[in-house]
Amino acid sequence: MTKESTTAGVTPARVWRPFTVLTRLFGRPASAAGTSIVLIFLLMALIGPWIAPYGVNEQIPSETRQAPSPDHWFGTDHLGRDVFSRVLFGARDILLLAGLGTFLAVLAGTAIGLLSGYRGGTFDEALMRVFDSLLAIPALLLALLLLGVVGPARNALLIVIVFVYTPIVARVARSVVLSVKSKGFVQAARMRGESETWIIFREILPSAFPTLTVEGALRFSYAIFLIAALGFLGIGVQPPNPNWGLMVAEAREHVFQTPWALWMPALAISVLVIGVNLMADGLRRVLRVPGA
Amino acid sequence: MPRYVLRRLGFLLLTLLLTSSIIFAITQVLPGDVARVILGREAGEAALNSLREELGLNDPLPVQYLRWLGNFVQGDWGESFSTRTEVRPLVQQRLGNSLMLAAVTLGIAVPVGIALGVIAGLNENTWVDSVVNVSALSVVGLPEFVTGILLIEIFAFRLGFFPANSSIRPGTNFVEALPMLILPALTASLVLLGYISRMTRVGVIGEISKPYVRTARLKGLSRWSVTYRHVLRNALMPTITVIAISFGWLISGLIVVENVYNYPGLGRLMLFAIDRRDLPLLQAVAMLAVLAFAFANLAADLFYAYLNPKIRLQ
Repeated sequence: MTKESTTAGVTPARVWRPFTVLTRLFGRPASAAGTSIVLIFLLMALIGPWIAPYGVNEQIPSETRQAPSPDHWFGTDHLGRDVFSRVLFGARDILLLAGLGTFLAVLAGTAIGLLSGYRGGTFDEALMRVFDSLLAIPALLLALLLLGVVGPARNALLIVIVFVYTPIVARVARSVVLSVKSKGFVQAARMRGESETWIIFREILPSAFPTLTVEGALRFSYAIFLIAALGFLGIGVQPPNPNWGLMVAEAREHVFQTPWALWMPALAISVLVIGVNLMADGLRRVLRVPGA
Repeated sequence: MPRYVLRRLGFLLLTLLLTSSIIFAITQVLPGDVARVILGREAGEAALNSLREELGLNDPLPVQYLRWLGNFVQGDWGESFSTRTEVRPLVQQRLGNSLMLAAVTLGIAVPVGIALGVIAGLNENTWVDSVVNVSALSVVGLPEFVTGILLIEIFAFRLGFFPANSSIRPGTNFVEALPMLILPALTASLVLLGYISRMTRVGVIGEISKPYVRTARLKGLSRWSVTYRHVLRNALMPTITVIAISFGWLISGLIVVENVYNYPGLGRLMLFAIDRRDLPLLQAVAMLAVLAFAFANLAADLFYAYLNPKIRLQ
């Protein structure tokens, strides 16, 4: 994407300052829109439960199948539940789950990738073969298999997200290590007699920050996608959970009577994922991480 | 070249071996007692034990794994717990369906994706580029169940062009199935379009600034001819990998799309197997998924090496 950066994922560490990055994100219309969407959804997730006009599973028998109105902004479903309130509660669930899952996967993947890549040798080689094999199993299939093992607990989805995305992050982190390992500043640190931990976390990690930030944003978008898809398939979450995918699947049976109960959660997830993707693309440009 | 092919094949075998053991391990720790699944709730302990012995479930896990792998390689994929029939014909028939869907999807996504990518790349940093880029990013992010339901709403319910339900009968040939394949294929290609066009765009941008392109222009070739005859060959290299990886995804990753349209492909069979705890079926489908992915990658690597001698000699 940028012509001056030739080595994979290496940029000067000073670019990575959260506030600067955020300001620059608002410099382009597409990434400004994406970032705003993400921020609005985060706010919704944060204060949603307080501003939701109805309870998440509150059923009003006299007000079933109502079209959107001032009383029910997104209408009500076949059970008389307020769709707007459920979408709000769903936002908190999906952002918390996807956010925490991505964070843990990035943390674990970074640690594994940095260590393994820096030390190299047989262990690194073997680990990468195992990761390659895991990546040969489609993410959704792996998630389905794992969910079968872990069972239908609430934390099951979290475990699955961490397990599925850690190898991917580890590979990315490792590629950064390999590209800077032989650089002068790493060798200088080694000559100074710095410890391995210092070199990995204080010298190498900062150069991996931009790449890892972009990768984290991408993983976040995929995690949202995965949680919604699993919800749609009815695996990993049970009704009456306000998972947007599950809401869409449930509303599909009543699509002719209550189309809004289907389209509102569908719209919510679409807008959120588009927002995250546009933000990730913006981050890639701001942080000058090469790639498509 | 032969040495390169051999080495890639070696890697492929190693990956398959590792993946098969991962799949076997995961299916082994799936909760549920196989003997009880087969015999039902009322079975006595003695009957359960003799069946376990018969199925070799009391043997150490590595022995079980090797026996399973040996049988799988020889084409004996076992009997399904839920349908009580041979797994292989069932899986093969679904594989056929998945291949049909994959063919139509690639037929839509590859030409359109490459065209969009080339247009965006040639107009780098103009409004054309932005429009293509933003729409690609948006479409890639949409979950298949949203785009699928939207396409059904428009093309099946409103316009009535295609059926909303794609549950084709076993043995339907490609031409008969085609009308039912269009909507699922369109849904799947929306996901691929974004990847293919973005990859192509990056490839084109990377090539277009190289000196040989200027030389070709200066010697009087038209812009179109330079793009088509010189730039594309080099620029499409990364796109080829994306297409190959997509093929693996199309064979086994279309679980959501197949579910939206009730299309009887491998993805829905997998969901069925997981739902019923049907281990032989699940293992067979998962292995097939991995095989498709691995061979698609191998094909991409070999094609790459064929185009670029530098890779072969490494």
